[in-house]
Order: sequence, then C-alpha cells, then structure tokens
Amino acid sequence: MSDLNKVMIEKYRTSFLREVEANVEEGEWVKMCMQCGVCAGSCPLGKHWDHPPQEIFMMIRAGKRDEVLTSDSMWMCTSCYNCIARCPRGLPITHIMHGLAVYSKRLGLAPQKQPTAEFSQIFWDNLMKKGRVNELKLGLSLYFKDGFGQGVKNAMANQKLGQNMMKAKRMNPMEFFGGHGVKDTSGLQKMIKKAQEIEDAKVQGKG
Amino acid sequence: MADEKKFAGYICTGCGIGDRLDASQLEMIATREGKMQSCKQHEMLCSAEGVQMIRDDIADVGATHIMIAACSRRAKVEAFNFTDVAMSRANLREGVIWVRPDAPEHQETTQEMADDYIRMACAEVKYMTKPSGSSEQQLNRNILVVGGGITGMTAAIEAATAGYPVHLVEKTGALGGHAANYYKSIPTRSPYADPQDTGVEKMIADIEANDLITVYLNSSITKTDGAPGRFSVDLATESGSTTNLSIGAIIQATGFNLYDPSNLSQFNYANSADIITNEEMEKLAKEANGGPIKRPSDGKPVTAVAFVQNVGQNSKADGQLPYHNGIGDLIAIKQALYLKELNGDDCDTTIFFDNLRTPGAAGEDFYRSGQQKMVTFTKGNVGEVVPGSTLEVKFKDLILNEDTSMQADLVVLDVGMVPNTGPDPYAQLAYEETEDEVEKAKLKAELDVAPPSILNLDYRQGTDLPHLRYGFTDSHFICFPYETRRTGIYAAGPQRRPMDMRQAADDAAGAAMKAIQAAENAGQGRAAHPRVGDLSYPSFRKEGCTQCKRCTVECPFGAINEDEQKYPQFNEARCRRCGTCMGACPVRVISFENYSIDTVGQQLKNVDMPEEFDEKPRILVLACENDAYPALDQASMNGTEINPWARIIPVRCLGSVSLSWITDALNSGYDGIVLMGCQKGDDYQCHFVRGSAIAHERMSKVGDTLQSLNLEPERVEVYEVAITDVTRAPKLINDMAETVERIGLSPFKF
Ligand code: SF4
Ligand code: SF4
Ligand code: SF4
Ligand code: SF4
Repeated sequence: MSDLNKVMIEKYRTSFLREVEANVEEGEWVKMCMQCGVCAGSCPLGKHWDHPPQEIFMMIRAGKRDEVLTSDSMWMCTSCYNCIARCPRGLPITHIMHGLAVYSKRLGLAPQKQPTAEFSQIFWDNLMKKGRVNELKLGLSLYFKDGFGQGVKNAMANQKLGQNMMKAKRMNPMEFFGGHGVKDTSGLQKMIKKAQEIEDAKVQGKG
Repeated sequence: MADEKKFAGYICTGCGIGDRLDASQLEMIATREGKMQSCKQHEMLCSAEGVQMIRDDIADVGATHIMIAACSRRAKVEAFNFTDVAMSRANLREGVIWVRPDAPEHQETTQEMADDYIRMACAEVKYMTKPSGSSEQQLNRNILVVGGGITGMTAAIEAATAGYPVHLVEKTGALGGHAANYYKSIPTRSPYADPQDTGVEKMIADIEANDLITVYLNSSITKTDGAPGRFSVDLATESGSTTNLSIGAIIQATGFNLYDPSNLSQFNYANSADIITNEEMEKLAKEANGGPIKRPSDGKPVTAVAFVQNVGQNSKADGQLPYHNGIGDLIAIKQALYLKELNGDDCDTTIFFDNLRTPGAAGEDFYRSGQQKMVTFTKGNVGEVVPGSTLEVKFKDLILNEDTSMQADLVVLDVGMVPNTGPDPYAQLAYEETEDEVEKAKLKAELDVAPPSILNLDYRQGTDLPHLRYGFTDSHFICFPYETRRTGIYAAGPQRRPMDMRQAADDAAGAAMKAIQAAENAGQGRAAHPRVGDLSYPSFRKEGCTQCKRCTVECPFGAINEDEQKYPQFNEARCRRCGTCMGACPVRVISFENYSIDTVGQQLKNVDMPEEFDEKPRILVLACENDAYPALDQASMNGTEINPWARIIPVRCLGSVSLSWITDALNSGYDGIVLMGCQKGDDYQCHFVRGSAIAHERMSKVGDTLQSLNLEPERVEVYEVAITDVTRAPKLINDMAETVERIGLSPFKF
C-alpha cells in the first residue's frame, strides 16, 4: 500500500465522500447526484463496465473506497460528454470520472494492466522526455508495451495505416532519432517536478 | 295587476341569423303558436339600442315574460340581464345557423330547427315565474371556524381581516395544533435553503389581540342545525356549560392525526425510545432549545440519524395508508438540516427513500440545499430496524443492489397524515336503512370504529361532511376545492388531502373567502356555487307529496330534512339549485320558479312532430348546462355540424332529469333521446357531485319504459360528457341520428 494511500485512509476515515470532495477534480459535485440514472442510460459504454457513473457516485456516498478506487470503470470513459449534456443536476460527470482515475493512480490503486491507464503513462513519459509528443515513438511504445513479439504483430497489423500517415506527412520517420522538443527540456522537467511536489503536499495536507 | 302576465318576444337578426333564416316566419310562430303578445325583430339585439328597446317594453308596456331568440343562453349574459322579468332564450346562432351548412338543400331543415327553438322558448317562458329569492334567512356575518391549528387560525385571521366576526373553536386547551410543537417549517421563500420559523406564536398572539375573533378552547360542537345564514350551533365549553351561536357560514379545519406505526413490527417503534416518528423528531428538536438534539434513551447528543421514508404509506397492506403523504420527504430534509444546524456538520444524516418526492415551490431547491449540506440520500428499502444501544438499520441498496446496513443512534420514521374528520354520514344512513343482515353487520363493524362526530349536524343525511375516500372530505379538488357536500360548510387543510403548513394556509384563505361569500349570498337569498346568484329555489306541493323520501335521500347536499309529519323540509340556503330532487320526485310536485317539470316538459312537447311519412326524425338532447351544453356551443363555434333532427334542451344537472320527460318524449314520437351529464364516480366532474351518478341510476330504469312501449333500447343513450368533449359531444348526437336511420322511425307519431 502506498504511503499516500495510508495517509488518506487515516485522514478521511469516516467519509470517503469528503475525501473525494477534497482530492478529486470536481469531486464536490458527487453529493449533488440525485440518482436519476440518466447518465447510466446515456453512456454508450457504461453498460459494459462494472459501474456506470451513477453507481460510482452512489458507491462513493456509501463509502466503498476500495471498490471505487480500484475500479476499472472510470478508466473506460471516452470523454464523449453525453452524460454531462444530459445530467439534470448539471454534474460535470466526465471530469469527475477522469478526476477519480487520476486520484486512484496517484494512490497507486489504479488497476494493473489497464490499457487506458497504461496508455496514459506511456503518453506522459513520452511527453516528459522532450516536452513535445513524439508520435512515432508513442505509437511504437504502445505496440511494444506487451513485449517484442506482440509488438511486431501489432506493427504489422497497422502497417498500412503507418504508411499512409507518412505519405500524408502526418508522421515523420526521422522522429525515431531524437525528434523535436521544447527549447529548455530540463527546465520543463524541473517545473513539472515542482508542481508535483506542491500538489502532493496539498493532498497530504502539508501544503 | 300583480299576476297579470305580459309576454313579449324578441328576435335578433344579427350575426347572420337574418340572412340564414326567415325571421318573419319566426315572428309569426312566436305570436301565433307561442302566444307572445308582441314580437319584435332587431338587427343587433345585444346592442345598447336593442337592450334599451326591451327595457322600455318592460318599463312602459309592462312585459313580465320575455323570450329572446338570438344566440346561446351562455352568450351575451351581461346584455340580456333582465332581473325583473322571467326570461327564456332560443338559441338560433350556436344552436342552428352555426351547426348547419349554408346551402339551399339544407334550408328547409335549418328553418324547421329554428321554428322549433322558438316554439320551445315560448313554451318555456310561459311556465316560468320571476324568481323572488329565498327569504328564510338574513345576513349573518358570523363565521365559525372549527379547529385551531394552522388552517383554522389562518382562516380566522383572514375572515377577521375581511371584517367578519369569527368564532374559533378548539377542542384542546391551546391554539396552534400540531405546528405548535414544530421546531421550524419547510421554507416558503426563496432561496428555499433553510428551515424557517413556523410563525405559530405570532398567529396566536394576533388572534388573541383581535377583537373580531372569539376563541373557545377545550370546546366541542354538540349540535349544528339550520342552513347558511342561519346556522344554530351548540358548543359545549370548558366550564361544562353550553353556548349557542348564531352563524352565517362554517369552516371545518380539523386537520389530521398521525399514523401510528406500532403495528409495523419490522420498525420496532414500540421497542426503542430511539425509534421515533417525524412528529416526535420535531419535539426533540424544539426541546433541544438551540443545543444539540439528544437521544431520548440516554440524553446523549445524536451523531448518526437514519430517516426511514414512506412508512406505512402508499401500501395496499391491511392497516396501512393506501395513499402517500406527499410531503414526508420535505419533512425529512428539514429535520436532517436541524441536525446539521444543532448537532454540527459531522452529524451523519441519511435519508432512505425509494421515490423521493419534493413537491411545491420549495421542493427542488430545498432538496439541493440538503445535498449541499451533506445530507446523504440513499435509495434503499429499509427492511428492519434492530433496537439496541446502537440501532442497526438493515436495508437493500436499490442502486447497488445489495443488502447492507448502517448504524444509527436515532431512527426517524416518516409516517403519514390521517384525516381528522367525522364519521361518513352515508355509512350511518346505509346502516339504518339496509335490511340485509350481512350488510348490516358489515356496516356495524365500520361504524364501531368510526371516529366521533365533529359537527353533529342535525341533518336528515347524517352528522358530518361526506367523505370522498380514506376519510378525506369530499370536494372537487381541482375545480372547487373548498366546497363540500354541505352548503355553507367549507373544508380546508389536511382533512381534504395531506398537505404542508403553507398549503394549509392557502387553503384556509380560500375557504375563508368561500365562507364569506356563502354568508353574503344567503343574506340575499341567492344560491352558492355553482349557480352563484341564482334566486330560484325548490318548493313542493304538499297536497301531492306521497312522503316517499326520494328527495330527502337523493339531494347530494343534504339540503332537505323531514319535518315531524315526515314531509320534506327544504332548507333553501343549503340548496344548490341542482334540481336533483325535482328529477327524483315520482309525483312531480317539486319545482323552481324558473325551472320545473313543465318548463322542460312543455318545450319537448311543443316541438313540431312531423308525420311518419315525412321521414324527418326528431332527437331530443338533454344536455347538462355545466359541461355538455358549453361543449356543444364550442363545437358550434368551431363549425361542427349537428344533425338537423336534434332539439337540444339544457338542464341544470342530469340529476334534474325526470323520467316523465323521457316517457313523454317517447310517447310523443321522438325517435331518439340523448342524455348528457358530467363524469360520475370517484373522479367525478359533476358540479353537483352526485347529480350525474344519481341520474345514471335513475335512467337505468328507462329500459322498462322502453320495453313497455315495445321500443328498441338504443333509442335512449346516457353519456358522460366533459366540457372538453368538443368533437365527441356533437358526434354522440349524430350517432343517434344514424341509429335512428338504421332502426327506423318511432311508431309513436300521431
Ligand atoms: S463522457 Fe464518459 S462517462 Fe460520460 S457518457 Fe461518455 S463515456 Fe460515459
Ligand atoms: S445523470 Fe446526473 S443526477 Fe442523474 S444519476 Fe447521473 S450524475 Fe446523478
Ligand atoms: S336536490 Fe338540489 S335542488 Fe333539490 S334541494 Fe338538494 S340541492 Fe336543492
Ligand atoms: S320526492 Fe316528491 S313525493 Fe317524495 S317526499 Fe319528496 S316531494 Fe314528496
């Protein structure tokens, strides 16, 4: 169990809802859900998940901390915004879903091998190297995330797509060798690191 | 001189009537057949000039009976408002030219229709006299209010503010009712975020300071006699003495009792001091006196409270309330906010609901305010509350679909309101009258558990206000909510339906206004709702009466008592002028000055009945003037065609239709009869509540008449028609024309 997770459990022992309110982006909206189920009915994917948004919100109120934070559901949200457009109570549901995902990841509770979670990590790492997304490398890391053999297979399967992107100048094979970036990469990295520290301190109530 | 009758007819040729119809022929019919001593045409009778012409005739020539042939009797009522004469109206516009196509091939039948309406209106006015108004009572401005809760106090204050002396009777030792024990009330003002002061103390102080209001505490009514304008009310007061009050109109505001959840074993209400009702929660909050709310069992401040909603309500189970309170969820939100206020934000408040209902102005905003302040709303069914030092609330979470539980140190049960009304007067009557032993035993059992009487009415039809369902007083909750079936006695507050304090106050203001109207109308000898201002009233010819009691039994408003010799005794101010008694009387001795067996009977007899070989059927339509007749007028304005064989007569209520009219019509050769009344039953729309229902029962006997005359049953149809049935009403008439076409003409044409 991560240290931060322990700290949080201790701090919000009585109320997971309060924990969410304090630490999850737009979390203060969760209490306003009136359980009408419109979001669950509107979400094109929700029925394939363990818990559609309505249920996630109910579980938060019922104090089901582990079940929510280790859930795969909020990682599955595709940001289609159907639910936001329809929620009669005006909850920013999409943002809450992403907020929950980020929070669970920070606590080290996000499900292992969750494809969206993995992609997000790859994307982040890629971005942090040079301050710009290297699309060629991003694609390759994604293909090869499950080992070399699977990577080759994935690459072969998407060969045509890759060729077309290059033809249309949407992807530059030269990016493989370094690629473009921001002027001051180490400055950016320092900045992000500092931001992370401030954020962590805030979460732990020390900031 | 006084009884010399002078008949004058007037035919309007405006609005296209003159273009479509032969007015000189109409005039000739009015004078020759209708025996009008004079008949004038005018090109716009409702104009100032036309009206003046009639006025002059009344003043100079001494016309006492006038027949106006123009538009529907529902149109131009202000212009044709001649209160000093008897008046009938022939409907040539909505009744004839607007429902018939303007084409040469229809000219003959259209003119025949108009001719008949002239004959009918002349016959009608001949049998009318100018109503003189009831003089049984005088203006009595005293208003009696029964019940000193929010509703009764508001009614008293409203009536007194309008300048009427009020007698306020309360059975307990203090004013305020349930609300006196409430900590706060559901907010009535924007932003609807927090519970607000109940205002009860101020109301009590206002009443005590008001010279027009006399309060009788620890008092109850032992007898109510009389009628609007002359109610005589006996009060048994505190001191044991009896006081007699002379009263103009009465408001009953006896409120509600709370449902007792003791028998719902799963909630263990009887087995723990910490499992309480929502009303007991109010007391706890009030007793806390600004400090934290404490547990009844050990006096410790509560930290976790569960509100169990919908307890014993909305249920078909025996001993539970079949209806829902409507406001229980608002109360739970209010009380959860008490805890947030008095016991701190950390006090855990969970409301277990299935369908959360937050009606009214405060509703949605107040709900959001509860959520904002961290009241937890859990959609779940509570299966059991387990008593103990900590209470366990076992529930099924309906969103997460799992059985689970929570710990609480106080559980509040949302129990419903039970109307506090007297016994159903018709149960008493039915018991007295039935001879069936089984039925009698059943009614006896019902009566044994019936509540004590509140008004102790000395009426032929029982001691209290009639019920609608579940003990709530009968009224039409949309169209005329405060009316009851006892004229001059108005019901307000939760005895009509479950409601909150704000609604009860609105209700009380409405009822106060109705009571004032009733007292004023009675003072002028005029009818109350729905024939407000009608000066006619029923009387009966004693020599002809067989004491059959039909009238005293059928009057929907209990207006008729029986005197010592068992003759009907009409209480004019209690009467709503529906005519149900007139329709009921088998020997036809009941009549109004301007509405009687003859005013309608002679109309239908004076229709010119074509010979059989003319192949022109005649269809009699008796249409209720409250709904069916306006619907037909509206259809006419929309240009809907009505079959030219129809002759339509408006009636006050289908309840006033006498079987003799039907028999007469069939005997004189009508080929079909259509009766149109309002919707009957529990969701009735009848303006006289039971009139339509009684008529339907009465008309079920028409079959015998038809059989004895050897006529087909489909020649007489009885329908329920609403004012909105603008397409259906004319169609029903046209359908009858088709029926007649199919089965052939009546053989009774001579
Ligand atoms: S935004 Fe996410 S949660 Fe909302 S409907 Fe779309 S996929 Fe579902
Ligand atoms: S649509 Fe909004 S209010 Fe309704 S269940 Fe979803 S989040 Fe809650
Ligand atoms: S039946 Fe109607 S008209 Fe007759 S006494 Fe009763 S209220 Fe009056
Ligand atoms: S219905 Fe007619 S006959 Fe019967 S009691 Fe009444 S007035 Fe008399």
